[in-house]
This record gives sequence, C-alpha cells and structure tokens, in this order.
Amino acid sequence: MSAREIEGQSTQNAAPEDAAAADRLRRRLLLDPRPVSRISADVLDPMDRTTARFWVAFVILGGLVAIWGVTWLYQMIWGIGITGLNRPVMWALYIVNFVYFIGIGHAGTFISAALRALKIEWRRPISRAAEMLTVFALTTAAMFPLVHLGRAWKFYWLLPYPNQRQLWPSYHSPLLWDLTAILTYLSCSILFAYLSLFPDLAMARDHTQGWRHVLYKTLALGWRGTEREWVTHKTALNVFTYAIIPVMFSVHTIVSWDFAMAIQPGWHSTVFGPYFVIGALFSGVGAVIMVLAILRKTMRFGYFLRDEHFEGMGLFLLLLSMAWAYFYFNDYLVPWYGQGPAEKVIQELLSHGWAAPLWFLMLFSNIVLPWATLWSRRIRRSAGALFFISVFVQIGMYIERYLIVPTTLGRNELPFDWGIYVPHLPESLITLGAFALVGFLYILISRIIPLIPVWEVLEGQVLHGLRRIGKAVVQTRAEPEE
Amino acid sequence: MALAEHKWTMVVDLDKCTGCGACVVACHAENNVPIVSEEQTVRGRAMHWMRIERYWEGSFPEIKARFIPLMCQQCERAPCEPVCPVYATLHSEREHLNLQVYNRCVGTRYCQNNDPYKVRFFNFFDPIFDEPLTQQLNPDVTVRSAGVMEKCTFCVQRIRRAEERARLEKRPLTDGEVAPACVQTCPPGALVFGDLNDEASAVSQLLSGNARQFKLLEHLGTEPSVVYLKGGTSYVGT
Repeated sequence: MSAREIEGQSTQNAAPEDAAAADRLRRRLLLDPRPVSRISADVLDPMDRTTARFWVAFVILGGLVAIWGVTWLYQMIWGIGITGLNRPVMWALYIVNFVYFIGIGHAGTFISAALRALKIEWRRPISRAAEMLTVFALTTAAMFPLVHLGRAWKFYWLLPYPNQRQLWPSYHSPLLWDLTAILTYLSCSILFAYLSLFPDLAMARDHTQGWRHVLYKTLALGWRGTEREWVTHKTALNVFTYAIIPVMFSVHTIVSWDFAMAIQPGWHSTVFGPYFVIGALFSGVGAVIMVLAILRKTMRFGYFLRDEHFEGMGLFLLLLSMAWAYFYFNDYLVPWYGQGPAEKVIQELLSHGWAAPLWFLMLFSNIVLPWATLWSRRIRRSAGALFFISVFVQIGMYIERYLIVPTTLGRNELPFDWGIYVPHLPESLITLGAFALVGFLYILISRIIPLIPVWEVLEGQVLHGLRRIGKAVVQTRAEPEE
Repeated sequence: MALAEHKWTMVVDLDKCTGCGACVVACHAENNVPIVSEEQTVRGRAMHWMRIERYWEGSFPEIKARFIPLMCQQCERAPCEPVCPVYATLHSEREHLNLQVYNRCVGTRYCQNNDPYKVRFFNFFDPIFDEPLTQQLNPDVTVRSAGVMEKCTFCVQRIRRAEERARLEKRPLTDGEVAPACVQTCPPGALVFGDLNDEASAVSQLLSGNARQFKLLEHLGTEPSVVYLKGGTSYVGT
C-alpha cells in the first residue's frame, strides 16, 4: 500500500498532461482502494433495494414476456400464417431476432475472455455484467428457432437422440451446425459465468442471512478461499478463457453460414463469416454499454463503473464500427462490381427502392454517428452520450439483419417469385417480448447475484500499480506466485 | 426383385403450350392441393404445385407477355435437399426424384429459401376443403397439415402404383404407362413424361438432338429433370 502511495506522489510532480494521464489510469484501475467490507457492502446492498421503479419495470417486462407466451401459443394453434410471412419470404423477424440476440451474446465473452487473455485489466469491474448479458441474450436467441418452426412441438426431431426408428437429424444442414454451436456456446457461457462467480457467492454467503444465505451457500459449493482453491480456480478460468474464444468465433460464423451456404442471391457470400462476427461484437459491445449505464445509475455502482471504463468501451465501439464498415464495404463492392442480375436488383432495392430509408438509417447508425462522435474523449467519457450512440448502434445492427433476411429473400432469380414482407402484429409482439425477456431476466438476476465481480476488483487493486519511467507513467502488474 | 432404376423426366414444349391452366386444375385434384382463399392469395400464400407463370415485357400499351408452366424441377443436385435438418426432403437415387416426407417436416422452411425456382409451398394454416370437395380427396395422397412444406412430386403415387402393377404382372414398365395428372390432362400435349434411361421412350426421342431444349436457371448447376422446349420468340396473343 505504501509503495503505491509513493508512486502516486511521484506522478503528481510530473508535467500536467502526464499527471492527467496518470490520474486516468489510476481511476480506470480503481487504484483508490476502499476497505474490503465497504466494497462488499457496495455490491450487496443494492441487491436488497427494490424501489417502486424496480417493480414497475418488473411488471411491464414480465407482462411483455407473458404476451410473448400467449402469442406463441396462438401461433401454434392457428399456424405460422398469422405472421406476415409469404412465399418467397419464408424467414423474417424471428430469424432477425435470432441473429440479433446471438450477436448481443458475443460481447460478454469478448469482454471477460478475450480481454482477460489479452491482459486488458480495466475489464475487471465490467466483466460480470457482460457475462450475464451473454447468458440471457443467448437464452432468448435460442428460443427463436423454436418460435420460428412450423411445428414447434416437433423441435426434438432436430436433436440427435437415440430412437426406435433410428431417425437421425441431417448434419448436411447448416441448421444442425447452428444448433450444435449455440448449445455449446450457451452451456460454455453459463459454466464460464458460474466459474467466475464462486468467490463472490462465498462472499455473499458470508454477508447475508435467511433465504439468501441458503441460496449462496448452496451455489458456492463450499468455497472457503484456500490457496489450493484459488490455484484450481485460476487454472480452470484460464482453460475456459482460451477454450471459449474459438467457440465464440465459431458461433456467429456458423450463424452466417445459415445464409452464406444458400444459393439465394445476396446471401451467397464468402465474407459473411468474419463480417457477422464483427457485427455481433459491434452490437454486443453497444448493448453492454447500455447495460452498464443503466446499472451504474440504478444500482449506484459509481465506484466500480467509472467514466474511464465507458471511455474504453467507447473506443472498442469505434474500432468495431470501423471494422464493420470495412467488412460491409467488402460484402457490397464485390456483387456491385459483378453486376449479376439478381444482386443488382437487391442493391438497387437498398439504394433507391423501398428499403432505401432503412439502408441509409443503417449506414448512419453504424458508421456516420459512431465515427462523428466517438473520436472525442469527452463524448466517450459520457455514459449518457454513449448510451444514446449505443441505441443507434442497436437500431443499425437490427436493420442490417432485417435487410439481410426478409428484404433480400424478397428478390431472387425469377422476377415472378418476388415478394414483400411486412411485419404483422404477432411477430411484432413476440419481438417486443424478446427484448423484454432479456430485460426481465436481467433485473431479476441483478437482485440475486453480485453484478460486480468483487474478487476480481480486489485482485486488481492488489496486483496493479503505477510506476514512473522517465517522464511516462506506466501501469504495472504483479504476477502472483503459484 | 430389385426395382429398376428410372430417370423420370418431363418435357414442356412451350411452343405447344397455350397457357390454358388445365394442368393446374388437374394437379389440384390429384394431389389434394388446398385452394387458398383470396385474402391469403393476395398475401402471397397461393398454393399451386403446378402453376403458369407470366413474364411481362414493356409497359402498356406496348406490353407483351410470355408464360411458362412451372413445377418442381426435380433437380439431380437439388439445393433444397441438403439444407433440411430432418431429412424431410431427400433424394431418391433410384427414381431420380426429389422426395418430400410431409410427416417428417418440422417447418424450418429452409428448403424454400434455398429453392431458386420457389416451387415449394408452405402450409401456413390447416387446409380447408369445403363440402363436397372432401368427397374427391385422393386417398393415395396425404392431406398435409399446418406447418409443413409440400411440392410437386411428379405424381409419385402414380409412378409407384404403375411399378407395383408391372411387378405383379412380372414385366418391365412400358413407356407411357406412367403419366402425372398434368401430363394426362394437357390438351395440346405440350407436356411429355417418361424415363430418360429408356432410349426408346417418348422423352428420349423428343430430346435427342433437339435444338430447342433448355433448362431453367441452368447456370446454377441444379441439373433439373424438367426440360423446356422453345424455338424463336412468341408472345401471348401473337
């Protein structure tokens, strides 16, 4: 502790810009420790607080989820015909939602696994919130292939289960690859999130009474915090960190193959794999920013989630926006140069057909707005501004999927097979219910598990320091002995 | 006795076709294809396994139209087949047909997306057959339920029935013994059906050295079993 204070004083004598940079680093790494008991209380106390606003959100979101259920039941009784689907547009909002929510589910892994592997240490306080978003977004996404089925009650025919008639699903179909990838990713994300929860569950167990105590005691599986437990924990987290990153890349690549493997013009593109992964990270990081902003405001996590963290996330958002633009340009340029008849028709539909307002709104939300704003540190440090930009990113990325799925399907090789899809009430209600489900599960879990990984924050405060080398102030990281 | 291999092929002579639509009606009657309401038709849910598509050129009054009877092309390398996750649509190697198993279909509708001809039809609702239409439903063909995909089968029930009869009589199938409902009905005889493996069959004779033949969207490499014949340009009413 004293060593850090000495370092801190030495940086105060530096040039003003160096001092400001050092200050930013110190705040970003939470190098202003509080007593451990205070930190635990900061995380645990808001979980007991349920304001009127919380219950209003609970009822509204829960109601929307119930409406989803009723609408789905109605659809199963009457048939898919209650939606706006037609021939040729056989996939629409349900698949758009599926791709969108899988995309959101990429950010948690990106932040807690990829940034952990890259040793980007300021991710510590935000990793839990991102992981939870991943789990709930994936759960919601995994519902949509079922909602979309013509005979949803036969969904288990898609699973490779042993049966008397020896019927097996067809692994020629990208849908089966998809199912395999998503179930793998979902189970890995749940395990990964649970694994990093153990020390915090034990902490919560030791600070609570009543049903909470019983719950945390059960979930913590007897964690005591011995040396041996920490070493095993670290090894397991390391294994998961490196194992889950390729799984994350594979998931949205395979989702893109649902489209890229088809001969539908506008879908049949080799760049779809990486393009979808970047799009997923882009919308996912945007969604995490929104969640963090809401959490900081409603749960008073100001000590943990600071402007410096939003600044870092804003920078990621800008970089991902640039990467997305690069892939989109690739995906647009090649068919444009080729001038294939069907591709030409689709691109004309986007640039001056009925889809043009959507297309331009997408380009504005995904490229113009982030590029025009996020270069500024002042904007990146403002949670409100970032929230606003992230809302546009969500709109833009949702439109992108909408343009890929129902809009493209409406145009194909034979002009007499063209069609237009207009969303109807049932699928709109179900879409609303999907957003509500993520929110509902999130506010529910926000009162049940600690959304700030306390042990990671404390570990960071112990391991990190600032050191002055010449005129520069650099971040140091101690490697704990094993 | 192992069943013989057949390369079932349909020839559509566009120079003979008058676009009368008798084949469409025959197909509806034979295959229990439901008649979709006007409202649903406007919403793009019309179901015709066999349909006459029009292609308009120019604008009024200088407008011209061509038409083409369109049904499942029974592709040798069908894009709709591999994408089905439950083998509800699969290839018959022996008959060179694209089979559809209605009661296996779960309704992912992927096959329709990957079908460049858009000749697959989804049951958006349970089919409605008004009385007394229920009395004329073909007992050889399943009445499909809501949530499953369906399409032209080349009247596979007729093919199987003829094969069974020939097998009982211990003789090979003869050319012309099998005719799908559309072929049987076509007034000008524009539709010809038969086995391309049999060199003496009518389709083989018609196609050998015929310069008028083409296949639809041939550049996609789907290798359709439906062959169109067309020479020169002719429009509706000329």
